[in-house]
Amino acid sequence: MKLPLSWLGDYVDVDLPPAEFATRVTDAIAEVEGWEVIGEQWDPELVRVAEVLAVDPHPNADRLVLATVNVGDGPKTVVCGAPNVASGQKVAFATEGAMLIDGHSGKLSKLKLRAIRGVDSAGMVLSEKELGLSDDHEGILELPGDCAIGAPLVEAIGDVVFDVSTWANRADLLGIFGFAREVAAVTGQPLREPDRSYSQSERSASDFVSVTIEAPDLCRRFTASIIEGIEMGPSPAWMQQRLIRAGMRPINNVVDVTNYVMLETGQPLHAFDYDLVRGAEIRPRRARPGETLTTLDDIERDLDPDMLMICDGEGPVAVAGIMGGGNSEVSESTKTVLLEVANFHPGSIRRTSTQLKLRSEASLRFEKGIGPDLASYAQDRALHLLEQVAGGRPASGLVDAFPTPLPSPRITLPAARIEQVLGIPIEAGEVRRILVALGFDVAESGDAFEVMPPFWRPDVALPDDVVEELIRIYGYENLPTTVLRGALPEAQPRPLERVREQARELAAGLGFQEVVSYTLTSEEILSRVVPSTDEDRTGPLAAMNPVASQHTYLRTSLRGSLLSAYAANRHHEDAAMRFFEVGVEYLPTEADLPHERPVLCAVLGGQRLERWERPGPERLDFFDAKGAVETLLGVLGVEGAFTAEEHFAMLPGHSATVSIGDDSVGVVAQVHPDVAGAFDIEEPVFLIELWFEPLTRVIPERPDYSPPSRYPEARRDLALLVPAETPASALLDVIRTHRARGVRIAADVFDEYRGEGVAAGQKSLALAVRFRADDRTLSEKDVVRIEQGLLRRLEQDIGATLRA
Amino acid sequence: MLVTIFVPWLANGDRKPAAPSNPLAPQSRAAPCGRQTRKVKTPLALHRAFAFGDWLLSARLSRSPTYNFTQPMSTIEAEIDALRTEALEALTEADGEAGREAWRAEWLGRKDGRLTLRLRALKDAPPESRAALGKSLNELKATLEGELEARRDSARADALAALSADAALDVTLPGRPQSLGRLHPVTQTMNDCIDAFAEMGFRVFEGPEVEWSRYNFDAVRIPDDHPARDMWDTIWIDTLIEGERQMLLRTHTSPNQIRVMEQTEPPVRVIVPGKCYRQEATDASHEWMLTQIEGLAVDEGVRMSDLKGTLYAFARRLFGEDRRIIFHHSYFPFVEPGVEMAIDCFLCAEPGSDCRTCHDTGWIEVLGAGMVHPEILENAGYDSSRYTGFAFGVGIERVAMLRWGIEDIRHFYQNDLRFLRQF
Repeated sequence: MKLPLSWLGDYVDVDLPPAEFATRVTDAIAEVEGWEVIGEQWDPELVRVAEVLAVDPHPNADRLVLATVNVGDGPKTVVCGAPNVASGQKVAFATEGAMLIDGHSGKLSKLKLRAIRGVDSAGMVLSEKELGLSDDHEGILELPGDCAIGAPLVEAIGDVVFDVSTWANRADLLGIFGFAREVAAVTGQPLREPDRSYSQSERSASDFVSVTIEAPDLCRRFTASIIEGIEMGPSPAWMQQRLIRAGMRPINNVVDVTNYVMLETGQPLHAFDYDLVRGAEIRPRRARPGETLTTLDDIERDLDPDMLMICDGEGPVAVAGIMGGGNSEVSESTKTVLLEVANFHPGSIRRTSTQLKLRSEASLRFEKGIGPDLASYAQDRALHLLEQVAGGRPASGLVDAFPTPLPSPRITLPAARIEQVLGIPIEAGEVRRILVALGFDVAESGDAFEVMPPFWRPDVALPDDVVEELIRIYGYENLPTTVLRGALPEAQPRPLERVREQARELAAGLGFQEVVSYTLTSEEILSRVVPSTDEDRTGPLAAMNPVASQHTYLRTSLRGSLLSAYAANRHHEDAAMRFFEVGVEYLPTEADLPHERPVLCAVLGGQRLERWERPGPERLDFFDAKGAVETLLGVLGVEGAFTAEEHFAMLPGHSATVSIGDDSVGVVAQVHPDVAGAFDIEEPVFLIELWFEPLTRVIPERPDYSPPSRYPEARRDLALLVPAETPASALLDVIRTHRARGVRIAADVFDEYRGEGVAAGQKSLALAVRFRADDRTLSEKDVVRIEQGLLRRLEQDIGATLRA
Repeated sequence: MLVTIFVPWLANGDRKPAAPSNPLAPQSRAAPCGRQTRKVKTPLALHRAFAFGDWLLSARLSRSPTYNFTQPMSTIEAEIDALRTEALEALTEADGEAGREAWRAEWLGRKDGRLTLRLRALKDAPPESRAALGKSLNELKATLEGELEARRDSARADALAALSADAALDVTLPGRPQSLGRLHPVTQTMNDCIDAFAEMGFRVFEGPEVEWSRYNFDAVRIPDDHPARDMWDTIWIDTLIEGERQMLLRTHTSPNQIRVMEQTEPPVRVIVPGKCYRQEATDASHEWMLTQIEGLAVDEGVRMSDLKGTLYAFARRLFGEDRRIIFHHSYFPFVEPGVEMAIDCFLCAEPGSDCRTCHDTGWIEVLGAGMVHPEILENAGYDSSRYTGFAFGVGIERVAMLRWGIEDIRHFYQNDLRFLRQF
């Protein structure tokens, strides 16, 4: 909302610099987003108010005139080219040296006077553009008639216009008078009410029109007044200036008054041309099926029965609370005005304006909730102004349909509640001062305050609402900082989150960069990485109104996000890249929220860095991915088993399932080159997925511990021949499970060889086998004997033989 | 008195003592490697066992010296002088540590060093000359050992000097590349926020990102036709349940206030981290996916001053010990009173310096907060006359942007390594 300080000053004195005013307002009332100073560059000596005394033709030019102006020190002649200059006007007048916006270049420059077509000019009568008020350079600016001749222009019409953002529950702050009331409460200055006096004619308004509310649930109050003898025309300069500064366009005196009063009080009003209201009656009712109305913006609106219409004897004349109809609009020929000031159900206004995609200044106010009593207040103010600026004669009385006036709410605020909520007491006198300044009625009864909020504050309904009024005006700077007391809640174990966060740290430690991707993706990307046979993951949830089409579907896999990140970074990274993300897969669930399945997904690939940070000849491969998983699981306290298994979008023969015991916990694989290619990745890229739910089930609370042995291990290196298709894990499984009189046997593979010296269909695996006893140093003889037993077992179980 | 000594000058055996070639290596006094090997029972022991046996065998084969003590003392002393001269000359010529080690073995070797053998033969000397002879031989031994030590020290000093001077490194050359990942700046900031609140006793709770409309809005007092809904432009899930669109991407973490209170009894002290979503156009300060942390404390005696104290501690922890905070009046339907918290701007040197962060107000809005609305407490089954609570919501990206001076929120989810690796 635009808040011109000059307008605010009608109701409350403000003598704070703009920055301090903004701070005080922001602290207690509403957020000031910025302000504009009008007239900052107008020199008080050189730019002043003048009166045009006469306008005469220029002797040497048809399109120029000679204006005689009075700046308070006798008549001066100026050459003027504006078509609208006229005798009797108050104008802005500048003399040599004034800083003005150049009408042609648009730049701030110093005024230099020179003879124009042979006639000297004593100064310049200014347009809005030259004053920096607008781009209007067609004619001169006509000042309000009450500007004092000779006064510095900056005093006459200089201003500060604040841009204020108010709250969704405070329609009253969308009225400048309402705002002034808050400012008065904050600064302690007195508040001045706008003039609401007017004379009334003999005839009663009810002789002109009847009002029947047919939808009292949507229309809580409808007041109508009648103003005869309207002289249509432009509104006075002061009113136009204020409307413009507040961001509205002047239309004509009647419409301007309705807008002015709305900006002033927060209560929207609507003026009908009385002679166009058919049947001399007004019926607020729901629209009938198939009804339409062409609104003031010339758009034909389709109405539906949930919408409240203002109808006359024949049909709709306005969409209630949102916009009037063209069929009853005031115009140059209007003689009598029917002024509507009503109160509507906020939710209904909001629904209708959403449905019609029609937001207006009126609907913005109504939807926030306005007290019904504000209607008659605004009527009085508008009638006062219409009488002043449109020559109207108000008929006596209001036609006021107010089926069920709401009782004034009464709130009991125990004094102790203030301290209970805030942590500090507020002294009773201060409570009274604040509430009274805000327009509340306050009475004390015992240890409590009986508070009656004013009619413009329907948002205040509970004792804590009153507490907020108190503290914001009292000042949040007076609230101390204290420390929470009392018992701590019991800690809930969160094993999954613990594992997840540990894995996140480990992944980073293992050289993977964490990324965070948008969780909404496209169907195309999902279909590249999720098999259509996976019932959990197909049919992803879709956003009804995505921000962009590529962000329509909630991802059921993180693979696409990681591969996209990999591809995008490949444009500027030469060497190996490792990325991971911890997120959830949104798995649709029938008639319920999706299962958000937590997962770690990582991709890696590219050339390993050499000594000089240059990509070397060796690329990351499957075993880099597997090694990362082994280390990660190892630190978590489990050992994963890797089984060759095909996975969708992964390269067969280069793809493994990671499991722990009977639980499958993840995937390690090379991404299928075709799939990688679809993401514009033209190199081998590898993928890791680990799901935290199964992982959490198998991770021990603490790792197995055994003290380091006091006895040395014996190590034997063995080269074993096995059928080529036998996985190394088969050998290791046999060795791990081999038992030999309390001797622990462990083994690592340290080479795989096929080729010369090894028969076709076979491969040689080199194993480092370690033997250890907990109670003695093994003798050479022990070791040889155990080794023989192990070799026999390996041969029996999987046909492994010692390579000669 | 005449003492005749038959000196069987043993040829220096052909064993090759392991001479450390690196002057920086611990100086081995040529301890018999066989014994050492046997003591250290590593897997290596078994592999080396046979070689050790070889060596023992050769050691056993070495001859024991015999002595003739019939020569006169003066002759013996002359001989000792000659020995000294010979040994010291040999030491001068010994080349490198290998040469010194060979020299040591020849002269001072424990089994059959030339001086060692002589000392060992002392026991056969006549008692009357044994003391003098012993003194001379021991002096010689001390001289030789001292000289050897001095040589070694000097060689070691020379080598170190050469390493420091000739082999000095260009320390400005790049380090060997290591592979280390980093946590995303939002994760790092989130972790710091969680730590800050955890210190004050807040537990972590998590809730779903896809949320029921009734939790996201209705339960936190934002009914369908309330203009406050404009504060949260919503991405709806296009799935009808009982003919209605009921699911959405949560627009804030506040529905978890309800979820937490439904599940627990006071005292409540939780923070809820997580992603939120807004249907809005993006620009340098708006992103449609964002990360929040929600805080909620409910108990008897929770006061707004506690909220201020809690947020003050948080602000100082995240933005520096000298931070100040202020509350502005604000409106959120689920709190009463409602405030926004701002911290004093630590980015602009002085007011009027066109600070793009605080716009010269000196204050930076950081989060929204307030006292939990009594209706929300009542809906959760809490007695709002007895229990009070506060709640707050922090935008993590905003905190991260302030901490690091990041100018555009859209960097966070582009996953560009050039951005990510700076944190």
